[in-house]
Amino acid sequence: MAEPAEKTPLESIPLAEPATALPVADAGIEAGVQALTPRTIADTVRRVLGAETGARLKAYLSTCTHCGLCAQACHFYLSNAHDPSYAPIGKIKHTLWELLKRKGQVSPEFIRQASLIAYTQCNMCRRCAIYCPLGIDVAYMISVVRRICRALGVTPLYLQDTVNSHSATHNQMWVKADEWVDTLQWQEEDARDEIPELRIPLEKEGADIMYSIIAPEPKFQAGLIYKAAVIMHVAGVDWTMPARPGWDNSDMAMYSGDYDIMGRIKRFHFDTAARLRVKKIVMGECGHAFRSVYDTGNRWLGWRMPPIETQHAIDFYYDLLTSGRIKVARKYEEPVTLHDPCNIVRGYGLHEKARYVVNALCEHFVEMTPNREYNYCCGAGGGVINCGPPYKQTRMRGNSVKARQLEATGVKVLIAPCHNCHSGLEDISQHYHLGLEVKFLADIMYEVMEK
Amino acid sequence: MSPCDSWDWETEEKRIPFSRWQTQYQWVESPCVAPDGESIAAVVRLTEAGFGVRVNDRLWTQMFEKAWHLGFAPDGRLVAIVSDGETWTVAVDSRLWEHRFDYIWRPLFCPQGSHMAFAFQQDRQYGMILDDHPWPNTFANISAMNLSPDGLHTSASVQVKHLPAGDIFAFAQGAFSAAADGQAWPATFMNVWRGCFSPDGAHLAAEVRLSPDEYTIAVDGEQWPHTFTAVWEPRFHPHGGSVTAPVRLDGCWTLARDGRIEWRRNFVQCWQHQYSPNGEHIAAIVCPEYGRWTVALDGKPWRLRVGDMITDLSFSADGRHVAAAVKNKNTWSIAVDDLCWHHRFDRVWPPVFSPDGWHVAIKAEKEGRFALVVDDVVTPVSGEVMWSPCFSPNAEKLLVPLIRDGSFVRRIVSMGEVLG
Repeated sequence: MAEPAEKTPLESIPLAEPATALPVADAGIEAGVQALTPRTIADTVRRVLGAETGARLKAYLSTCTHCGLCAQACHFYLSNAHDPSYAPIGKIKHTLWELLKRKGQVSPEFIRQASLIAYTQCNMCRRCAIYCPLGIDVAYMISVVRRICRALGVTPLYLQDTVNSHSATHNQMWVKADEWVDTLQWQEEDARDEIPELRIPLEKEGADIMYSIIAPEPKFQAGLIYKAAVIMHVAGVDWTMPARPGWDNSDMAMYSGDYDIMGRIKRFHFDTAARLRVKKIVMGECGHAFRSVYDTGNRWLGWRMPPIETQHAIDFYYDLLTSGRIKVARKYEEPVTLHDPCNIVRGYGLHEKARYVVNALCEHFVEMTPNREYNYCCGAGGGVINCGPPYKQTRMRGNSVKARQLEATGVKVLIAPCHNCHSGLEDISQHYHLGLEVKFLADIMYEVMEK
Repeated sequence: MSPCDSWDWETEEKRIPFSRWQTQYQWVESPCVAPDGESIAAVVRLTEAGFGVRVNDRLWTQMFEKAWHLGFAPDGRLVAIVSDGETWTVAVDSRLWEHRFDYIWRPLFCPQGSHMAFAFQQDRQYGMILDDHPWPNTFANISAMNLSPDGLHTSASVQVKHLPAGDIFAFAQGAFSAAADGQAWPATFMNVWRGCFSPDGAHLAAEVRLSPDEYTIAVDGEQWPHTFTAVWEPRFHPHGGSVTAPVRLDGCWTLARDGRIEWRRNFVQCWQHQYSPNGEHIAAIVCPEYGRWTVALDGKPWRLRVGDMITDLSFSADGRHVAAAVKNKNTWSIAVDDLCWHHRFDRVWPPVFSPDGWHVAIKAEKEGRFALVVDDVVTPVSGEVMWSPCFSPNAEKLLVPLIRDGSFVRRIVSMGEVLG
């Protein structure tokens, strides 16, 4: 069982003063705005709203009572001294409602602001949806705004570059085809020093499992591939990794609003699994990728559900532990807390399995408060961290409530089973001097398991 | 004359002990089997840092620091990508290619197997090599490699302009093209994806993206006169020279030919279109209503609907029949001409038509065992490992390679035996 945090939230981390958005220089947004004309804006808004939205948007718009209960859910609002412009309804009021009310007759400057709000002041974390008495999914409405901004060419530069990488290489980090395979072979070679018979099976047709990951792993965190290989080996899993495009399950196109590219990269992912004839896809510890594979990308392509069973790493580890395929030699002793990633907890309900895994691996688990589906977003998801350094201060200022929540746990090891959360929480820890060591579940499992 | 005319279709069973390999070497990778079923091969670990290739009872004389992608070409040659630790090359029946590179990957074979190609990287420049002849030009990046049906030409999407890190404006100007035999098209595009050669290898068509929302097909660098909001991979008509591709317009997918809409009907999705060998028919996997999938033949969807997935669409040689692997409610089966087999499996492999088009055979998995299934009849031919079956030229027999009780077994099964 997890223990509640021993300390009440501290006041050592001040909330930000109410303010308008921090000024930023973003060449992507600026160039896009410069190219806008009132007519292109109106035509594009009309086209996107007319051709790509329907009953869902209409239902949300017509049922919202403007009660404002969503405000208390948003970490941007809470962290910015309850500035109403950061409330979810405030963000919709300043973007979508105006676009609808004015039938797209808005200025380029309006689109600039709408872009900043939609891409950098909303993580699409959907915490507000569970506070809304009517269950209105504000994140969906923000995604419509992003879709409009993308169609107008007004996207943050860093995010757009990531989408360009997706389109050109089918992965988000410009990893070239040979670099990918070479990295896997290098990790296998390294891991063989520890486990001589260890394999990272490439292109094994008919394996039970295709293991897919996100591109930062081969680019910056190859050790995670090593650890995954050790876990697979010890558990006796019949697995493979693709040597061809389709290995990266991530999807920043989903967050930029470039749905044609989203569909293309999701098709590659599923086609690769189908080509390898695997029974299921196991995905590494990434939240947004799961949202894309399980919810958004698959549905854009016409599938109600993923055509091939898709399992997040938390769920997979849960199976390995409950079936006894992975045994714990000695539990991790230092106290840990757990961050519930939005996309796999509010989005998929993996919170109890995550707790089972943490308790199975760790001696001393301290819950942060709030937790599970009420957990605060890390501020990195929804593509916000991928908008890059220009927005880091906005992100940090919008995360003081998260920093207070983390500090209140009193522990120094934070488990974040999601790549974007991992990076965002490291930023928070550094910015607010929390001194946290952020870990993936795989880090801890690798450390404590019987090998 | 088909290559399989000369295969041994008389001997009912040949065995090669296989499980002993596991005790002879530190490990044995997943084996592969020759098209005629006479050979089984695998990469084996000989020493701590040395790998070999075992074929039946023989071991290649060379030892490699790394070896991967071992497989038989359609003409029966055994091919692997190998490294001595410094450079990579291709080994064909244990003979090494002359050219060596910093990296080699993505083997491609023409249907007859007489030609093979790979992608290579040397000094951070990329190209393709065909039968040990590398492209004369190399590029900053390469993807979507392709080999012409006659095996004489190679193509890929290539990056032809420098792209500074994070330069979204240079990207938008277009830095990609397609290259055939190392010669890039003069035109550049925002993206170039999968291409295909005409049957004679003289022309190349590819998916291209002109701007964030404009997609079309380019043939030999010339784009279609119309653009779409998305396209999928093009195909050349087997005889006529025209090019078809699924295209998305007004939120719906359909099929276009040479830039003009070909099929009247729209779909939620349409992909993997295939021509019948005689070019008279086109089949595609389509989603006629959200979340429900079927096959469309010449634009008309089958009545069959499945919820999960359809793949491995194929025509019979005479073009009169179409088969596909279908997945519904998490079980797999086969559909032939709009009729779904009754048997359900955990997994199926691509359907194989008999040369006369009358029969369909597959490898299927149920509860961990693999079985030969013919025309919806689950035969007793089974094993712990199995490869897809192959019909004899007269369609009277099937070659089924499998592993059973520790032995590799080359089984010849008569159609009378399996269908009664």
